[in-house]
Amino acid sequence: AMLEPDSSGLSLTIARIVQRLRGSSLHSQLERQARVSLHKPEIKLESLKEDIKDFLKTSGWEKKLQNAVYSELNVFPLPCHPAAPPEHMKEPLAYMRKAQGSWEKRILKSLNSMCTELGIPLAQKRPVNEQKELLSKWNEMGTDEPDLSLFRPVYAPKDFLEVLMNLRNPNYENGEQPSFRNHLGLIQVPLKVKDIPELKEDFSELGLSIGQLGIDDAAQVPPEFFENDHVRVGQKVLAEQDSAAAQQYVRQGCPTALRADLWALILNISNQPEDILYYEQLKSNVIQHDLLVDSLIYKDVKLTASNDDYYFVFEDYLYQVLLCFSRDTSVLEHFAYSSATPPKSYVQGKLGMEEYAVFYPPNGVIPFHGFSMYVAPLCFLYHEPPKLYQIFREMYVRFFFRLHSISSHPS
Amino acid sequence: RIMAGKVKWVTDIEKSVLINNFEKRGWIQVAENEDWNFYWMSVQTIRNVFSVETGYRLSDDQIVNHFPNHYELTRKDLMVKNIKRYRKELEKEGSPLAEKDENGKYIYLDFVPVTFMLPADYNLFVEEFRKNPSSTWIMKPCGKAQGKGIFLINKLSQIKKWSRDSKTSSFVSQSSKEAYVISLYINNPLLIGGKKFDLRLYVLVSTYRPLRCYMYKLGFCRFCTVKYTPSTSELDNMFVHLTNVAIQKHGDDYNHIHGGKWTVSNLRLYLESTRGKEVTSKLFDEIHWIIVQSLKAVAPVMNNDKHCFECYGYDIIIDDKLKPWLIEVNASPSLTSSTANDRILKYNLINDTLNIAVPNGEIPDCKWNKSPPREVLGNYEVLYDEEMAQSDGPERDWRSRSGQAAGAKGSRARDSGKPPLTTWK
Repeated sequence: AMLEPDSSGLSLTIARIVQRLRGSSLHSQLERQARVSLHKPEIKLESLKEDIKDFLKTSGWEKKLQNAVYSELNVFPLPCHPAAPPEHMKEPLAYMRKAQGSWEKRILKSLNSMCTELGIPLAQKRPVNEQKELLSKWNEMGTDEPDLSLFRPVYAPKDFLEVLMNLRNPNYENGEQPSFRNHLGLIQVPLKVKDIPELKEDFSELGLSIGQLGIDDAAQVPPEFFENDHVRVGQKVLAEQDSAAAQQYVRQGCPTALRADLWALILNISNQPEDILYYEQLKSNVIQHDLLVDSLIYKDVKLTASNDDYYFVFEDYLYQVLLCFSRDTSVLEHFAYSSATPPKSYVQGKLGMEEYAVFYPPNGVIPFHGFSMYVAPLCFLYHEPPKLYQIFREMYVRFFFRLHSISSHPS
Repeated sequence: RIMAGKVKWVTDIEKSVLINNFEKRGWIQVAENEDWNFYWMSVQTIRNVFSVETGYRLSDDQIVNHFPNHYELTRKDLMVKNIKRYRKELEKEGSPLAEKDENGKYIYLDFVPVTFMLPADYNLFVEEFRKNPSSTWIMKPCGKAQGKGIFLINKLSQIKKWSRDSKTSSFVSQSSKEAYVISLYINNPLLIGGKKFDLRLYVLVSTYRPLRCYMYKLGFCRFCTVKYTPSTSELDNMFVHLTNVAIQKHGDDYNHIHGGKWTVSNLRLYLESTRGKEVTSKLFDEIHWIIVQSLKAVAPVMNNDKHCFECYGYDIIIDDKLKPWLIEVNASPSLTSSTANDRILKYNLINDTLNIAVPNGEIPDCKWNKSPPREVLGNYEVLYDEEMAQSDGPERDWRSRSGQAAGAKGSRARDSGKPPLTTWK
């Protein structure tokens, strides 16, 4: 349950959401809409507040606000206790915090040693002629063949798996001899997980009596049975532009033709002009500065997606998304609720001096072997880089970041 | 006497996807001059078998994998000639299929880019060229394959030597080896990931009269390795324009794992996700339509020899308005495997083809009705069955083609490709 029954918890939540939405572009758009509505005949001075509220409702702006609130509720966790220190929002269990910290030290050491071995700086400004070249090749970076032989991935999923397998709670002692029963499975961490009855409730839409796309629209089943209706409902949900309704709707499956729009609605991505501008800004950052992680990204794409018979077609999009992603400092916000902490780097010669510290890479996420595969499947849905970028970024800060950090989070 | 009753096979195409299929059926390899039942021959060989001089007579228990005059469909110039003839005939009959729009273009039968034979139609071509002097045209030798000898032009001077009156013309007789077709180049192909691609689809014809043909559900897209640009400076760069694997294989970026090939089901998923279901279904319907129309166009002139079947490789390009264009039909689609997936696909293709053409894997009898049961089709689907269609009434073709929202009735977009005959079975 998202909202707590006691009123102080609720008002805390509301206050936080208001604070986050204040000053956002949605806020200024709402203000502008309200002001514009003053000219409308149905807005009367005596009932100004009510009339403006009604107007915002009928014009769909209230729905946009609802979607934004819903998005905030989904992304940012509630503080578990008013007195809890901030690191508890990242990860409440001490031993997991410690494990994540050690893991991060290892990654950083690996990155730094590669940097030292190759004598390549973590970041440097690109010479003007190189900038021009990159700009002209922006849509076909796949044909560029930089020499990547000296680079190696900072780590691979199997390295992370090994860390997870070795994770132990120092407080846990069940007194038993290790046996098949108590050591079944690679992960030996005593976390509370949902049991079958709880899962059945959580995933009730997978019950036998409820229609699911992928099952109840099989070739032998007449479409009147479930498919046609479900598609119709999906179109209606899209027309209403309701995020929460969309999220509920897709629990019964998402029709292929509606998937791109439904996912964008659920993630509250509306592709505003300022979003496209933001992407262009990131792109110009890529053109102007060369980062060491860029080579890691190239190498990863070349090793994974461009050899994949589903995703090779989209190779060029992957560079256009991942290079920008590395430079996107708005991604740093997610570290407030991730167990991970972004690595810091210092300007040459100023080690340890906080005023000369920057996060590296700028988005705090060091790519590993296979990272580009987070983006690849999305290319089947979105063929415009700015939109593809936004969807991927949102997916990352909501979900994907959990896939490569040590955390006790229930999801 | 264990050998009695086993099919005896010959081939002059040494490809493992073929030979493995023969061997797994327990068929027996023999030499060409021995008694054989099944001969998978190259197009050169079929020419000899059916040539007047040889006087070759096939017996009832022999089948071959080509129709004697397949070139009516598979030679670029004859294909266009037959389609043009077919359209004119329909027009003369007053058939609604031949209806034209206000610009004089066929509404339902405009699926081949404007094409002329050279040098025969040179003057007609010049007239057309001058209407749109900035257009690009593609020159293709009639008798070659694998992209050999193809080039693009955008200036008349580039094809001067094909001019009939040209003093440099060496055409005393128009030997078929040097005949070319010139077609309007589709310079707005649908791009995916910024790259151009074409479709390779396999179609099996067991008889032309009545027409019975099958579509292989597992076709593929062939992508160019280099980004597409219509820029005139890249006209000479064959890696941008020609999708033939034989050409792409030599490009710098050719990848041996996927070979630049995408399944048709991936294409379908991508188009449905980015363009919507209706336009995607309509596209695939149209593709099936143009294949059937091309077969109907050559059916009257085909030698419908009962000893023959044929598996064609259809090359289709989709433009950015999602209109499919028939580029050419190959009588001998490549059986070389460029990747592991490729090998599996072609192996299964031959397997399913043999199951239909040689029922039960037994010694064939040409007098059979060529109506295999549904279970043996494998990855093939019935594309068009004239006998069945006729029993439904002759008006069907027209009614369903014009009015139906594409793919509406019973259209089930499955991963393996929907049943093609939704609108005009």
